[in-house]
This record gives sequence, C-alpha cells and structure tokens, in this order.
Amino acid sequence: MSDLAAFRADTRAWLEANCPPSMREPVRSDKDVTWGGRNPSYANPDQKLWLDRMAERGWTVPDWPTAYGGGGLSPAEAKILRGEMAAINARNPLYSFGISMLGPALLKYGTEEQKQEHLPRIARGEIRWCQGYSEPGAGSDLAGLQTSAVADGDDFIVNGQKVWTSYADKADWIFCLVRTDRSTKQGGISFLLFDMASPGVTTRPIKLISGNSPFCETFFDDVRVPKANLVGELNKGWDVAKYLLGHEREMISGMGSTGNGPLIAKAVETIGTDDTGRLADPMLRAAIATFDVRARAFAAMSERFRDELKAGRAHPAQPSMMKYVGTELNKTRHELLMAAGGSDALEWEGTDSDHGAAARAWLRTKANSIEGGTSEIQLNIIARRILDLPLQ
Amino acid sequence: MPLFLNEDQTMLADTAREFLGEAAPVAHLRRLRDADDPTGFDRGLWAKFAEMGFTGMMVPESAGGLGLGHVEAGIVLEEIGRNLSPSPFLTTSVAAVAALSGTSAGEHWLPRIAAGETIAALAIDERAKHGDAVAMRAERSGNGFRLSGTKQFVAHGHVADLVVVAACTAGSAEDAEGLTLFALAADTPGLTADARRLTDSSIAARLTFDNVVVDGDAVVGSVDDGRAVLNRLLRAARSGAAAESLGVGEGAATRTLDYLRQRKQFGQTIGSFQALQHRAAHLYAELEVARAAVLKAQQLLDEGATDADTAVSVAKAMAGMASTLAVQEAVQMHGGIGMTDDADIGFFMKRARVLTEMFGDIGYHSDHIARIGGY
Repeated sequence: MSDLAAFRADTRAWLEANCPPSMREPVRSDKDVTWGGRNPSYANPDQKLWLDRMAERGWTVPDWPTAYGGGGLSPAEAKILRGEMAAINARNPLYSFGISMLGPALLKYGTEEQKQEHLPRIARGEIRWCQGYSEPGAGSDLAGLQTSAVADGDDFIVNGQKVWTSYADKADWIFCLVRTDRSTKQGGISFLLFDMASPGVTTRPIKLISGNSPFCETFFDDVRVPKANLVGELNKGWDVAKYLLGHEREMISGMGSTGNGPLIAKAVETIGTDDTGRLADPMLRAAIATFDVRARAFAAMSERFRDELKAGRAHPAQPSMMKYVGTELNKTRHELLMAAGGSDALEWEGTDSDHGAAARAWLRTKANSIEGGTSEIQLNIIARRILDLPLQ
Repeated sequence: MPLFLNEDQTMLADTAREFLGEAAPVAHLRRLRDADDPTGFDRGLWAKFAEMGFTGMMVPESAGGLGLGHVEAGIVLEEIGRNLSPSPFLTTSVAAVAALSGTSAGEHWLPRIAAGETIAALAIDERAKHGDAVAMRAERSGNGFRLSGTKQFVAHGHVADLVVVAACTAGSAEDAEGLTLFALAADTPGLTADARRLTDSSIAARLTFDNVVVDGDAVVGSVDDGRAVLNRLLRAARSGAAAESLGVGEGAATRTLDYLRQRKQFGQTIGSFQALQHRAAHLYAELEVARAAVLKAQQLLDEGATDADTAVSVAKAMAGMASTLAVQEAVQMHGGIGMTDDADIGFFMKRARVLTEMFGDIGYHSDHIARIGGY
C-alpha cells in the first residue's frame, strides 16, 4: 500500500471512531456552528467533543505546521482528509475567521512571537477573531479608511469606527486596518491586532433584513494597543490586508460548493414527482437542473483552485473569480430553495419553519456578493489583474 | 491526483498548440471553406496527425498507439477547438477508439486507426435531437445481422472507412438492453451516405442502411449488451466535444480581449469601459469553471470512476454554456466587424453551435443530471 493509501485508510478509521454521529448531520442553523472563543456556546455537547478531538490532532488546521497547532499535512494528505470527512458528511469542527483569514496572514507576515502567541489558540478554538476592515466611508473603496493609530511610547492609540464587523459582539480579538500615515492612501495603512476587551472598544449589533444581527458597528475611543501587535511593517498593512482578503474570498466562495441534496429533497417534498420520477413542476425542475450543473462544475473549479493554490500555481487574483462565482451561485441556490418551499418557506415564526430558517438564510445570502468585496469589485479585479484590461 | 495538468500533459499541450497553430489555424478552415472542399478536412493534415502520434494516442500500445487517456485527448481537442481545425480526430481517435478498445472488433480496426489509415464515423443519432432511444433494427441473418434504418448528423459519414453504428437487436427502442454496437466497413453494400454541409462548413451525412448484411465479427462487445459499449463511446465523445467547445470558447475570448485592448472609440480603448470589462470578466469566470469541469470528467474517465457519467454531463453542459456565451459576447463586442465574413470570429460562433448540439445539448445533459439526482 502506498503512503497515501495508508493515510487514507488510517484517516477513515480514525474519523469513523471519533466523529460523533450527531456531527455527521447537516448544519441546520447558526446555533449548530462551532465558533469557539472565550465564551463558547454549543447547542450540542458533541460539538465540543468533536472540536477537541480534531484540535488534538491538529486537524482543525490540517495544513498548518505542527509547531503552531496544525496537522502538518501535505496538500495530498489534506485533500484526502477533506474527502474522507465529506464522505461521512462530517461537520467542520470549527468555523473561525482566525483559521480562514488571520492565520494565513500571520503565517506569511507575523513575527515568530505573534505566531506562537496566536496560531495555537486559533487552532484549538480558544480565541474568536473578528475583522476590522470596512468603515462607514470606506466600503468598496476600502483603502480610504480613516480609523487612526497614533504612536505613543510603546503603544498606538486607536480612534475611529468600523462597520460590518462580523460577530464583533462575540469576538475576543480583532485584526484591524488602521491609518498610520495620512499623506498617502494605500501606503499609510497598518495592520494591528488587539483584544476586544481593551478599554475604549464598544460594539453595536446591526439588525439586518433577515432579522438577525451577524454584523456590528465597532467603535474605538483611545484604545491602547502595544506596538508589538503590529503585523508586518508600519504603513505596509495594505499588503497584509490584500493577502488576507484573498483568503476571505476563498472562504466565502466555498459557500457555492455545498451539496444540492437539501434543495432537491425540499423540491420533491413540496411539489412531488410525476409517474416518470420527474419533479412535477417542469419549469422549476429545469431551473434546478441548470443550477445543479453549474454548482457541480463549480465544485470541480473549487477542487482545481485548491490544488493550484497548494502547488503555488494559482493566479493571485483567482480568489476574486472564485468569490464572484461562488456567491452568485449561493444566492441562486437560496432563491430556488424559497421557490421549492413555496408558501411554507415564507413563515417567519413558529416551529414548523424553524423560526423562518429558510427565509432568513435566503436573505442572509444577499450579503454574500457584498461582503469581502462586492461582485462588481471582483469583476474589476479580474478585468485589471487577470485580463490586463486598461484603466479608463 | 491534483486537478491540473501534470508536466507531461503540459508539454503535450505546448506541442499541440504549436502544431495546430501552425498547421491548421483558422485560415486553414477558411481555405477549405472557400474551395468548397468536398472532404470536410485536409487529408494532408490527417497524415501529420498520424506522424505526431495523435491518431493513435488513445489506442493501446499493443495495437500501435500511445496508450494515453481522455485527459491527453482533451488537450489536443482543446487546441483543435482554439484553431477551429477540421479533422476526424474526435470521432475516429477518441470516440471510436474508446468503443473498440478491448473488443475483438478492435483488433482489426485499432492498428489502422493508429496508422492514420482509417477514418471513423459514429452513426448514433436518428432524429434532429440527440436521445437515448435507438429505433434502427439489426435482425439476425445466418452468421450475422441485417441492418435497416437511417442515421443522421454523422460527422465524416460520407468519407469514413469505418462506421460504428448502434442498432436494436432485441426489445424496443427505449429499452436499455437489446442494443448492439457494430463496426462495419463503410463500403459494405446497402450503406449509402448523403453528405450535408453544416453551418460551420463541416460535413455530416445522413446514412441509409438498406438491408446491410454484416457478419458476427462486426459486433463490438457482445450482442444485446451494447449499451455499455455505447456509453463508453458517448462518454468519450461527450467529454471530447466538451474539450473542443472549451477551446472554441477560449479562442473566441482571446480574440475578443485582443480587440478590446486595441479598438478605440470616444478617444479610448473600448476595453477600458467598465460595462465591457465586467462582461469580459464574467466570461473569463465561466470559461474557467468549464475548464475545471471538463478536466474533472476526463480524469474520472481515466480513473475508471463509477461517477464519471455525472461529471461528463456536467462538463458537456457547462462547456456548452460557457462557449455559447463566449461566441455571443465575441460577436457583440466586435461590433459590426464581428458580423462580417472577413473576420474570423463568426467561424467560432458557428463551430460552437455545432459542438453544443453534438452528443446531447445543454438541455439533454441538464436533464441527465436531474435524472441521476432523482428528480
């Protein structure tokens, strides 16, 4: 048996023995999602068990170095682990902006001390991170941000406001873009890490069209941050920010490649099939089938993108393409889910609809093509950086 | 296996791109079209395919070929698509070879295909839309069979040496069983071809089988059990057509991007306009997704994976959508120039339409995905 075949066999056996049956059930709502942090919440004690078992092996971050709490797996091994987890429908043990966004940036730009301090805690789900990027006046034009950090001895003093900070009210630490030089735009931005429990930090959840409040306004009023928490060089934060955005887009694009099983099951349940086994609504069937083709093709694209990324052959702007396609697909999926659910899916309250879960999820997806850079910004990036089309 | 080309495959892609770009660029198609060429392709070019080893690339080494797979065939087909190079490569060296490999009929035909001596045509379709039913009958007669019926949209059917034909030997047209595949010489008495030039200047024939008698050696695989062989043929044909479609789409997109960078209006290159940039970027994304779907299908076919059928239908449908978008955007963004016969871009639109229709269109394959998915 080859090494990889042996790894696959061992992985399969370990997952079979260690992944609790309830962690092989689909995630139904945000309550089922494990975010970790100082004040974790678990709808089911198996979530904690599953997290701890996976973290113990470094498999919450399979391809990070073992020295920082990772699994130290090769790209081929990490692919096998993903495949074996998917084969038993194993849930992701830990959702974390630390894993999907900050970790890769720290691995590339962080000091050894910063890596030692933060990465193992991210891997074990001990610290929950949020992202301080957008501001009221700096959305698509992110580099126009104004939140300032002024040197004061060994510290920076941070003042300003962020917006659309995902789960800022539940996060323990923030990675934050701040202005350290007003004389230039991109060249005056720095990348800081600080504790959300620091004096002067306040958050205010924003109620969205879904009725939920996953995003906050975040205010900084003379927040004192040690200079040791600067990632990368002073005024070079835009490089870190862009690198991290690539990973954020990668993560958001992953939403496009979740399975089509729930959509088809819902349509069959609501509408039924004719005597040839076809969905009884031919127009909806055609729309779902077209979506199905595109979603399956995108799953292949995601596999190819990950493989190219690991091999260092992906175009640096390719995450923009993935984000654009993945989020547009996810919006289509939820439009179809609403159509498949019919008027049942419109119920906003009550246990029959799980408190409007379908409708709230549908509304939530409308942000997919806005957050992390709008679809239009992604198309700009593709046009300029991949297709090399000129500026107007 | 990572989902990108390995080193050998990348070298093959470079070789194929250089070869087809020089030997059969779009100007080559235009010359054939202008000369009203009755063959539909250039036999000199086919001889070069044989010299390159392309004709037998999927033929097992034991039969004189290179023993390569669907991924490698797809690499050549993508370049064929990019250059719109007319050739019987898809029908002969990909689909017919896939059907004949490992069969006793293959022992006769495969070495001849590898040597470039035999051109194959696929007699599958019976109606204007590709479907699963096979109405053509083959009745037992002595040691062999007597075939009667008609087939259409048979590419190269008028010049082929070998015709691979699906016929019903038991049961009814819609049955999965009772189907048999035959490989017969095109000059078998009773078989006639009516050549039709298509939109893209290629030639496809309507074939009439009027009591065509073949002996048992013509059976590919086993009698009444031809569905598996036909599926093998169709998987190769569909993934191959998808790869060629992708190449057509890429060729159209590349020319269009060049045009956007050079054409000036309102004192600026039109490629600087955001309205066009966004459409070009969207097209790029569609083609990239199609490229991944096509390679995925080919890798699964080469692995002999059980779920390859799904991936093949995804590839054919997605490549159809992406290439259709590519040629439509190409003509629109070229403006009036795109409508002229002098510009090459129209050739891309015509070829994309033919390939999208071949071996099941977007609707056929989307429906197939739905049926596999149980809805």
